[in-house]
Amino acid sequence: MKLAYWPGCVSRGFTPELHGSMALVAERLGIELVTLDRANCCGAGVIAEHNQELADTLNARTFALAQSTGLAMMNICSTCQGAQSECKQRLDADSAYRAHINEALSAEGLEYERDKDGFTNKNFLWVLVEDIGLDKVRELVKRPLTGLSVGPFYGCYILRPKHRLGYEENPDRDLYLEQVIDALGGQVVEYDGARKCCGFPIVTMNRETSLRQAGTHLGDALDSGADCLVTPCPLCHLNLDMQQPEAAKIVGRDLGIAVLHLPQLVGLALGFEPRQLGMNTHVASTEWVAQRLAGTVPA
Amino acid sequence: MAEYTLRVRRFQPEARTPEGEPEGPYWEDFDVELEETLSVLDGLLQARSDKDGSLAVRCSCRAAICGSCGVKINGQSALACKTQLQHASDEAARREGDDPVIVVEPMGNMPVIKDLITDMESTHWTKVRRVTPWLLPGGEEPERENVVPPETMIDITQTMACIQCGACVSACLAMEADPEFIGPAALAKAYRFVGDPRDSQRRERLYDLAQDPHGIYDCTHCFACIDACPKGVAPMDQIMRLRRAAGRDEKIHDRNNGHNHEAAFVKIIEKKGTLDESLLLQESYAPGIKGKLIPRMDAIKGLLTSIPTAVRGIRTGKMRSLSKLIPGVHPKLPGDAQDHVRRIYAHAEEHHEELNLYVAGEEGDESPDLPSSPAAAAAGSGEGTDAAGEEPDTGAEEGTGAEEETS
Repeated sequence: MKLAYWPGCVSRGFTPELHGSMALVAERLGIELVTLDRANCCGAGVIAEHNQELADTLNARTFALAQSTGLAMMNICSTCQGAQSECKQRLDADSAYRAHINEALSAEGLEYERDKDGFTNKNFLWVLVEDIGLDKVRELVKRPLTGLSVGPFYGCYILRPKHRLGYEENPDRDLYLEQVIDALGGQVVEYDGARKCCGFPIVTMNRETSLRQAGTHLGDALDSGADCLVTPCPLCHLNLDMQQPEAAKIVGRDLGIAVLHLPQLVGLALGFEPRQLGMNTHVASTEWVAQRLAGTVPA
Repeated sequence: MAEYTLRVRRFQPEARTPEGEPEGPYWEDFDVELEETLSVLDGLLQARSDKDGSLAVRCSCRAAICGSCGVKINGQSALACKTQLQHASDEAARREGDDPVIVVEPMGNMPVIKDLITDMESTHWTKVRRVTPWLLPGGEEPERENVVPPETMIDITQTMACIQCGACVSACLAMEADPEFIGPAALAKAYRFVGDPRDSQRRERLYDLAQDPHGIYDCTHCFACIDACPKGVAPMDQIMRLRRAAGRDEKIHDRNNGHNHEAAFVKIIEKKGTLDESLLLQESYAPGIKGKLIPRMDAIKGLLTSIPTAVRGIRTGKMRSLSKLIPGVHPKLPGDAQDHVRRIYAHAEEHHEELNLYVAGEEGDESPDLPSSPAAAAAGSGEGTDAAGEEPDTGAEEGTGAEEETS
């Protein structure tokens, strides 16, 4: 399987371990990634809040770059997924608007065409379940995550609003993380925060509310017996992992729970070592996860 | 007819345990038998009439108009009268497997008075009143009616569709963490007046909502309100329009760094194409040369509080490259790609087009002229509208085109 790959900004910024682990895991899963190195930031909803047309044009450019490869597009960030889906919905809804946006792309020789060759833009999570398939994933597992209790954390942008994110055709997209954890041999942990907001978008505006959200969900996951969380969103990862010690202060309790990127969790089951997957660069220690998998901690 | 089990979160304030203690909330299952196209509200009413007359639920119109029966169904905030029993049961089965149970709870973010009845006054109505939800006209009173461009009024019809059910308030994840957040319903209502051309206090309203630490910049973009709203109001979209109006149109530099953050983000992508996170942090708090020469107290505080996080980033290896340590070193897009991004900026900043799909509709309704679109939607399928700009459009001058809907 060959895919046009948009890694996003944060996976090459403050969470480089995500980009790195995706590359390793893709090869093992038989995905060839053609990186869209000329593509730009999705705007993360922030550019749309300044100028909707600007956000739509920037993402139309990314889609056009992907379409020029003739491949379907994959991202590894819930926020990219949501921000791009929002723009795509407007672009697809109105041909005159699309023509107007394409005017701005013509100088670069690009054009975004609705449904060209059945064009899709999917998060790695969706690709994993819908295109690779969980049976294939189960076959490829070398080290089942037996005894590892994993709490899913989706990120808002990949869950809501449902009408924009393909839930009519794929209604179980809000259950895929649980399905993947199960296919990898791990134990799914149900807890209150799995589909809630990490708070990251307002961390520079209202730090306390933002970090209270992150801290509350981390605490809930711990109380429910999670060894770690897994997320397909690097922005969630920033609030849940990088800011975790600060979030702990806000909610007034010890946290210290590992937060894995989705390709890292998959990578562990495919047989990679935690260090190869960059798990040593996290702020919240991932040592516990490694020990669980090595069987040095009784489940 | 089909059988359903409703698992209702109950709370009877007067109930006491045998020891005389307040009983507190508890779950109770009710089996009902009804047509599958009937609503969860019908199920609750059958349970009340056949099983337990003390089951409290608020309702009136049963047709998604009055907004009385807001509840949580399987965790999702919605109107009980607008959710079909079979649909709710299928959703429960999808998540929980066989023998689905429809879970019904009172709305969130509000005190519960009894069973499924919440106190709308202490949160919802108080917050709505907070945004001065009435027109504040200026200038001389017109002799007859106010004459306004139809497209401006159509723009606010989306917020006017609100029936004050509180489902968005119930679903709001920011309010869960910050109960003082003004919230989706009240902010959507605020846009109804900010966007009204007859109102004279647009800037003052925006200034107030931007400066409030629990105002427009307290929304976390979680989209929960959009999915909860039974009327397509999309409160979060209205909050984003308030931000556009406050930051871009009115140039309000709020004390929450909301506008600074957005302006910095927009500028960085124009220059670099992808996000320079270090620069974003610095510019959000202390924008430009002026922001650095004369930093505000809260900017210094903001930057200082981010130091421990940065130190941890360096220690763990996340922030060990020069481009992550030094704001501005982040590379541009390769080749001429950055120039093309700049060209896109020039094009978009010139037009500022805003496509509201609530007004314009989707698919087969492709008129670029937003105000005329409801008429175009009523007129037919929109076949072959690639040159939609040129097609004869009789609805354009008549405003909402409501009359055409009979055709």
